[in-house]
Amino acid sequence: MTSLLTILFNGLAYGLLLFVMAVGLSVTMGMMQFVNLAHISLSMLGGYVMVWAMDAAGVPFLVSLLLAFGACAAFSVLLERLVLRHFYGADDLTQVLLTLGLLFMSIASVAFIWGPAFKPVTVPSWLTGQFSLAGLQLERYRLFLLVAGGLLTLVLVFTLERTRFGAMVRACVDSRRAASGSGINTDGVFALTFALGSGLAGLGGAMSVNLLSLDPNFPLRYLVYVLIVVSVGGMGSITGSLLAACLIGVADVLGKYYLPELGGLFIYLLTVIVMLWRPQGLMGRAA
Amino acid sequence: MARMQISDYFAHQSRWGGWEYAFWLLWIVLFFVPDSNLVLLTQILIWGLFAMSLDVLLGYRGIPSLGHAAFFGIGAYSAGFLGKYGWTEPISGLLISALITGCAGLGMGRVVRGLHGVALLMVTLGLNMILFDFVQRSTDITGGDDGLQDIVIAPVLGMFRFDMYGKTAYVYVLVVVFIVTLLVRALVNSPFGLTLRGSRESTRRMIMLGAPVDRDVTLAFGVSAAIAGIAGALLAQTTQFVAPEMVAFTRSADVLVMLVIGGTAVLYGGYVGAAVFLVLRDVFAAMNPVYWYFWIGLLLVVIVALFRQGILPKLAEKWTRFREGR
Repeated sequence: MTSLLTILFNGLAYGLLLFVMAVGLSVTMGMMQFVNLAHISLSMLGGYVMVWAMDAAGVPFLVSLLLAFGACAAFSVLLERLVLRHFYGADDLTQVLLTLGLLFMSIASVAFIWGPAFKPVTVPSWLTGQFSLAGLQLERYRLFLLVAGGLLTLVLVFTLERTRFGAMVRACVDSRRAASGSGINTDGVFALTFALGSGLAGLGGAMSVNLLSLDPNFPLRYLVYVLIVVSVGGMGSITGSLLAACLIGVADVLGKYYLPELGGLFIYLLTVIVMLWRPQGLMGRAA
Repeated sequence: MARMQISDYFAHQSRWGGWEYAFWLLWIVLFFVPDSNLVLLTQILIWGLFAMSLDVLLGYRGIPSLGHAAFFGIGAYSAGFLGKYGWTEPISGLLISALITGCAGLGMGRVVRGLHGVALLMVTLGLNMILFDFVQRSTDITGGDDGLQDIVIAPVLGMFRFDMYGKTAYVYVLVVVFIVTLLVRALVNSPFGLTLRGSRESTRRMIMLGAPVDRDVTLAFGVSAAIAGIAGALLAQTTQFVAPEMVAFTRSADVLVMLVIGGTAVLYGGYVGAAVFLVLRDVFAAMNPVYWYFWIGLLLVVIVALFRQGILPKLAEKWTRFREGR
């Protein structure tokens, strides 16, 4: 029983991490139907920016997380204005191939700039080691992930449901044409959403460095997870992504603990079943 | 203008063009060129065949698959197991592998035929990942990361032993690739092929014309998978080694890239794409073994941005314009 609770705790922490990395992609895909595989490259970029800031510039951990967020958001604006926006009207496959090309380029560029080796990070001492809670031995860093991820989710949901900007985003996801017709600057909304989503991807990547290992092949390892979260959750749905991320996180940790010989099989099977049962995702609307 | 008879239409469609002769002649000439890199050329043929198998699905039917390496891998492992456990005759081994992979393809087609867009991509990708995981983890059956070793392949037709220089391998692969390409050529120019293209353009209209659209998707998956299986089996037989990497998702992505570089729905696009991709990879990797992916990525971006329809259709278009201009 205790181990099950520990697994649940670890799985949820992992799931929230995936959520932070994937949510931006979900919203932009729901809004523009733009398939951006290079989203995961921004997570890697975030990780490297954080490690670089801490090692080379001596920036404290929490500040470097914010730095990762800012750097990725800024970089994504550049990317969107220069490259991606020319391909909004293109078909799915063109977008997949274009962003796959960008992903390959990002891997090689990161290897060139920061070297191909694995990058460790030293988190502050208050985040290392374990603590006990009701007889359970839990890792402090995972608790940090859980708290930070939970707070981010609350902020996101509040922004989307309660602010003017959130209403615009929801309107654009529902129908870009109708939103545009009622006077919303959809391009502007999209650009801002894209930047925020990319910033979150970077933040998620930075938070993941201590848990997942960071090297130039990071995008190839985690691209599939992010895609799974987005498609299982349903494009454009934040709650869907949250649900899917937690489900995948817990299923992955559970599967690896109880059935290690099956490895990643568990989540792929889950994905295939969900997609066959509900092609639009758990919380997605039918096309 | 007189109305074309239907039989005339199909005859016209399947007439051989001069450059097709040139294409196959080139492969024969390359064999006799001294010091030609036969290993690389064999790789190009195998990858080209693999890309053509995806073309049946993507180019002619308009269904993308992110999991085509699954079929390549099933074919490779089938041929590998046959060779390892005593069935060493290569040609029958190839046919058995094609049959097994074809059945897997029919099954997959039956499962995914109702899906579109992202869901379709995710299910094909997911099934690919499941297979990869299974292959990598079942170390007692597949040898895991060490790969399947001790594969014995008898001489082709009892006469031609697979030699160190890859001469037998090259000729064997070229002949198989030629025959399969002829079959695919006949298939895509047949009424069935026309139906596939029709469904690609407008599924709804084809349903109204009474075409069994769903059944055709299943069949297209089966055919495409069988060809991919032959490509995988060829690789297993000529290298006498099978590794889980043959099933990996990156292979699915690579083959998609090759096909798009070369051009979809033009039959030879896959070969051109495979040649460009593999030669460039060789060149870039020789320049720098770590960063060559950057150039492949850049190539992909440029191709997608500038000539989305691929190299071969672009050249064909230029050629037609040139001839009309005269």
